[in-house]
Amino acid sequence: MKILICIKQVPDMESKFKVDSEGIWYDRADLAWRMNEYDEYAVEQAIRLKEQVKEADLTVLCIGPGQVTETIKKALAMGCDRGVHIADADSYKKEPIEIAAMIAGFAQDKNFDIIFTGMQSQDRGSAQVGVMVAELLGIPAVTTIVDFLYENGTIQVKRELEGGSKAVVTTGTPVLLTCQLGLNTPRYPTLPNIMKAKKKELLTVEGSTGDISRMQATAACYFPEKKGGGLVLEGDVAELADKLIQILKEKTSILA
Amino acid sequence: MKMLLVAEFREGKLRSEYMQLIAFAQQQQADSAMFLVGSPDALPHFAGNLYLADVHKYGEYNPSVHKQLLLDVIAREQPAQIVFMHSSYGWDLAPRLAVALKAAQISEVIAVDADGLPVIPVCNAKLRRKIKATTAQKIITIQAGAFSLEEEPAATPTVVAVDTDVSGKVQCTGYEAAKIEGVDLGKADVIVSAGRGVGKPENVAMVQALAKALGGEYGASRPVVDAGWLDHNRQVGTTGSTVAPKLYVACGISGAIQHLAGMKKSDFIVAVNTDKDAPIAEVAHVLVVADVKQFLPVLTEKLSAG
Repeated sequence: MKILICIKQVPDMESKFKVDSEGIWYDRADLAWRMNEYDEYAVEQAIRLKEQVKEADLTVLCIGPGQVTETIKKALAMGCDRGVHIADADSYKKEPIEIAAMIAGFAQDKNFDIIFTGMQSQDRGSAQVGVMVAELLGIPAVTTIVDFLYENGTIQVKRELEGGSKAVVTTGTPVLLTCQLGLNTPRYPTLPNIMKAKKKELLTVEGSTGDISRMQATAACYFPEKKGGGLVLEGDVAELADKLIQILKEKTSILA
Repeated sequence: MKMLLVAEFREGKLRSEYMQLIAFAQQQQADSAMFLVGSPDALPHFAGNLYLADVHKYGEYNPSVHKQLLLDVIAREQPAQIVFMHSSYGWDLAPRLAVALKAAQISEVIAVDADGLPVIPVCNAKLRRKIKATTAQKIITIQAGAFSLEEEPAATPTVVAVDTDVSGKVQCTGYEAAKIEGVDLGKADVIVSAGRGVGKPENVAMVQALAKALGGEYGASRPVVDAGWLDHNRQVGTTGSTVAPKLYVACGISGAIQHLAGMKKSDFIVAVNTDKDAPIAEVAHVLVVADVKQFLPVLTEKLSAG
């Protein structure tokens, strides 16, 4: 079984963001980078599937500048077999359809049985790329999975729906699945596996968006206006606690 | 401008979110039609053409079939914008149309500016982007709760039945109900919720202790539930409980949109967070800038003593 996992490197969302000089995205300097959280579930599910079926080959793919190889290495240390880095220093300017075209361009002649992606990225959050890859490849896609079962070539997943209920969906292969938080518990790479990962194949290739042209552009990227109103309390914790208790007594009926 | 609004039908019911689509269209002064894979027994209150495909024939989740039904309607209507909810139905179907139509897709629109440019949140809602699409046709998904009608419309649609002979490769075989037994957060006057900022599972006890001192229940944000620190019946947000207590205390919760949607109607909101820029600050009446692990035990002790 051939499996492709598409991952993205994103900044830690707790970072202090600044808008870049072009005013179209965040400034990439001085940020801590990590694997997109949704993609960690995708990587983990692929590894669990390999542990179940034994015969499987896991390719992990990431698009971006050279620094994204660090994130690919994490996926290799978790248990993926080989890494592919599509080199593109300007990937952060690309729209979902362009990213999808690059992935589909890589995948189209490789007959992957299953493609796992995160359901969205933490920074752009469009939730478009995975589905678009499937559409470009002409294979089915099921989004937002929180449960995955593979048996005799049949796949049963559960899709997370608003309000907390789930839809049970069955499909065969090939298929693309976009993974939601909570699908599994992503493992931490162990030291021996981090060492082993250093010997795994990690190819850097050129990407192409093929005949897909850009359909949209960012007109502006900015911080939302602070609505204000809220009181900000800072200082010593004991004083903060006293202040807050006073406010709760004045503004709510809870401590009355 | 012509818009096609895509309504949703699930577990045998019309989803009331279609009214948000109407609100969006009205705000843009669009001339709109609606599309629904649903039932003639549960029609939306909508004044205009409703292209209706039979849900018994085409299923509630059957993406490639719904896509084809929509493409046929789009060919007839030639809308400038095709509008979905940014929902498990919308974000699944919209990109399929974007690829088929070679149209720009703009996800999770929260507003449209004076120049008609859609505004979307990025980076966990810390930043905003305005998008300029260069294609004549656009696919839009709108954030739940961003657009609303003052009152429920009373209109009846003109139903136009639509069909296709395309079949799909995935099959929705049923639904699994949400597990919310055991605790009803919706009834609590005080909810103290734990977020990722509590650090580790042992620290959840601090949140529980504060909830007890305030005579309330404890809840959680999604990451805490996903990590298995608390059960799903404690989750506040779009995929958990929607609550509006007299007091909501968010401990180490950054405030993802899905969480805010589940608690922002609370009477009084206190956030405890080390990050002053966290989106939770947008809805909090009081933001205590402090580490949950240091602040909560002190607050709980003072409350218990007082």
